[in-house]
Amino acid sequence: MQLTKEHFEPISVDLRQAEEIKRPSLSFWADVWRRLKMNKVAMASLIFILLLVACAIFIPIFSSHDYYTTNLAGKNKPPSAEHWFGTDDLGRDVFVRVWYGARISLEVGFAAALIDLIIGMIWGGIAGFYGGKVDEIMMRIADILYAIPYLLVVILLMVVMEQGVVTIIIALTITGWIGMARIVRGQILQLKAQEFVLAARSLGADNNRLIFKHLIPNALGPIIVTLSLTVPTAIFTESFLSFIGLGVSAPVASWGTMSAEGLAAMKYYPWRLMFPALFISVTMLAFNLFGDGLRDAVDPRLRK
Amino acid sequence: MEKRDTLIEVRNLKKFFKIGDNTLKAVNDLSFEIKRGETLGVVGESGCGKSTAGRTILRLYEPTAGDVLFEGQSVMKLNHQEMKAMRRNMQMIFQDPYASLNPRMTVGDIIGEALDIHGLASGQKRKERIQELLSLVSLNPEHMNRFPHEFSGGQRQRIGIARALAVEPKFIVCDEPISALDVSVQAQVVNLLQQLQEKMGLTYMFIAHDLSMVKYISDRVAVMYLGKMVELADSEKLYEKPLHPYTQALLSAIPIPDPEVERKRERIVLQGDVPSPMNPPSGCHFRTRCPKAMPECSAVEPVWKEVEPGHFAACHLYN
Ligand SMILES: Nc1ncnc2c1ncn2[C@@H]1O[C@H](COP(=O)(O)OP(=O)(O)OP(=O)(O)O)[C@@H](O)[C@H]1O
Ligand code: SF4
Ligand SMILES: [Mg+2]
Repeated sequence: MQLTKEHFEPISVDLRQAEEIKRPSLSFWADVWRRLKMNKVAMASLIFILLLVACAIFIPIFSSHDYYTTNLAGKNKPPSAEHWFGTDDLGRDVFVRVWYGARISLEVGFAAALIDLIIGMIWGGIAGFYGGKVDEIMMRIADILYAIPYLLVVILLMVVMEQGVVTIIIALTITGWIGMARIVRGQILQLKAQEFVLAARSLGADNNRLIFKHLIPNALGPIIVTLSLTVPTAIFTESFLSFIGLGVSAPVASWGTMSAEGLAAMKYYPWRLMFPALFISVTMLAFNLFGDGLRDAVDPRLRK
Repeated sequence: MEKRDTLIEVRNLKKFFKIGDNTLKAVNDLSFEIKRGETLGVVGESGCGKSTAGRTILRLYEPTAGDVLFEGQSVMKLNHQEMKAMRRNMQMIFQDPYASLNPRMTVGDIIGEALDIHGLASGQKRKERIQELLSLVSLNPEHMNRFPHEFSGGQRQRIGIARALAVEPKFIVCDEPISALDVSVQAQVVNLLQQLQEKMGLTYMFIAHDLSMVKYISDRVAVMYLGKMVELADSEKLYEKPLHPYTQALLSAIPIPDPEVERKRERIVLQGDVPSPMNPPSGCHFRTRCPKAMPECSAVEPVWKEVEPGHFAACHLYN
């Protein structure tokens, strides 16, 4: 066929029509929530964590038992209607003690994460934002601190402080914030060179606006993911320190101390080890699975 | 052409980056003027310092040396408060439509940020002004509550243009505003920029890496090589009678739509790669690839001079 000019006809494109947008408008966080909801494992973990928090708060309040009253007549009883998880070698209710232990674990986990966040964000934020010499000096200091093993810090702290939750939190955060600071610094360093930050500067934005409107909102995804993975690490470390006798001391119940006591009598009264050990494992698993799911939801490109 | 007054005067502008113990001379001694209402095209290969030049002129980077005069006033000597006011005069449109809009902000807030910073409008007036700006760049004003990722590259670039226009600037650096776009939308964006220029009397510094697009929209064109300007002339003149061997080579690489001419034309193929800006050749930076290089080219750096009225070049052939 011979094509002539007449075969061609300009199509008029209605610009407005062409610019119609079909997808519903979602903010970044609404989109994260949508992706997270589709992840069954992460959602199950989230529900478990919320239940754990609720139980840790309420069960010790409403239970008819407490964690310290001993009853030598009823020691080492197996699980029953009266004592769901049995009793320990002093006749204390293991069920209530496990929830007291949950309180300590969650307190340590969340407190350590929060302190890491605050110090890490300020330290890493300043280093990344100002860059150059400031950055170099600040990160060098962080590197040096990072080289100190936390076990050493705990033992040293024990010398000057009372053994307990506060000491554990301090020991954990003395070096724990460095991971967060590195993440924040990396994010800020990368973001501040981006064109939208230059654009804001060319409009005359001051440092406050740059930090709070442009840099932090864009760094928040990785920060929250790091945070969600800090919690289980801190919980585990608390249990471990209590297990080896460097954590909370009797009569306070912690999953770590309960496991240590349970281990001694594992052969005859296995529930005394089983319940706290189970709680440590499942809680760690739930936080880690939730953190992974959150990471995928925040940045789908990272998914393997 | 009518006589226009000078809006921007760049004087011996330098911007060096420290990289380890080395110095990268990204912009090395630029001097030129931009007249009010004109479009100055700036071309050069990737990495020759075009973006750095644009950003330093707007003082997004502090210059290593030199100054920029805006309507005769020194930009680099302004204090913090004066600089903020000066920013209303000079804006930038960026290269990457994906990286140049904050993904966590709505389009309304992106455009409205300029209004907030300078206290130009608030409340209902702010909203009206944002919608007006969106219409100005042919976007649907109802989309102001949407996020950047919902728009195409071309639309995003329009949002970037609206943001720059919000402060009613006189001068805009367009840093390769179309390089990242589909060919089909490139023309739309260029046309929009031209319409806006006519309507608002804007002055552009239009950065590109390809001479053919720049010719179409520029009154004058500057050619850069390794941080230096090598030639500057009216665009007609530059295309008809390029003086610098580098410009000649660039021009010869553009295909001509007439097959007769195209076949007979001699093509200058440049030898070798662009040397590292960290360690540029002595004398004339272009000498390692120049087909006309002479002994003195490696010894003496050619001076930037007006070879013919309004036609500048830096090459020993014209001394
Ligand atoms: N912030 C910076 N720090 C260090 N070096 C930089 C920085 N910005 C740019 N450079 C270097 O300066 C040189 C010029 O870069 P510039 O971005 O100005 O080039 P360009 O001409 O815009 O290139 P393109 O066409 O790729 O955008 C390059 O070698 C680049 O690596
Ligand atoms: S100065 Fe010499 S090397 Fe440089 S462009 Fe001119 S002729 Fe070529
Ligand atoms: Mg560039």
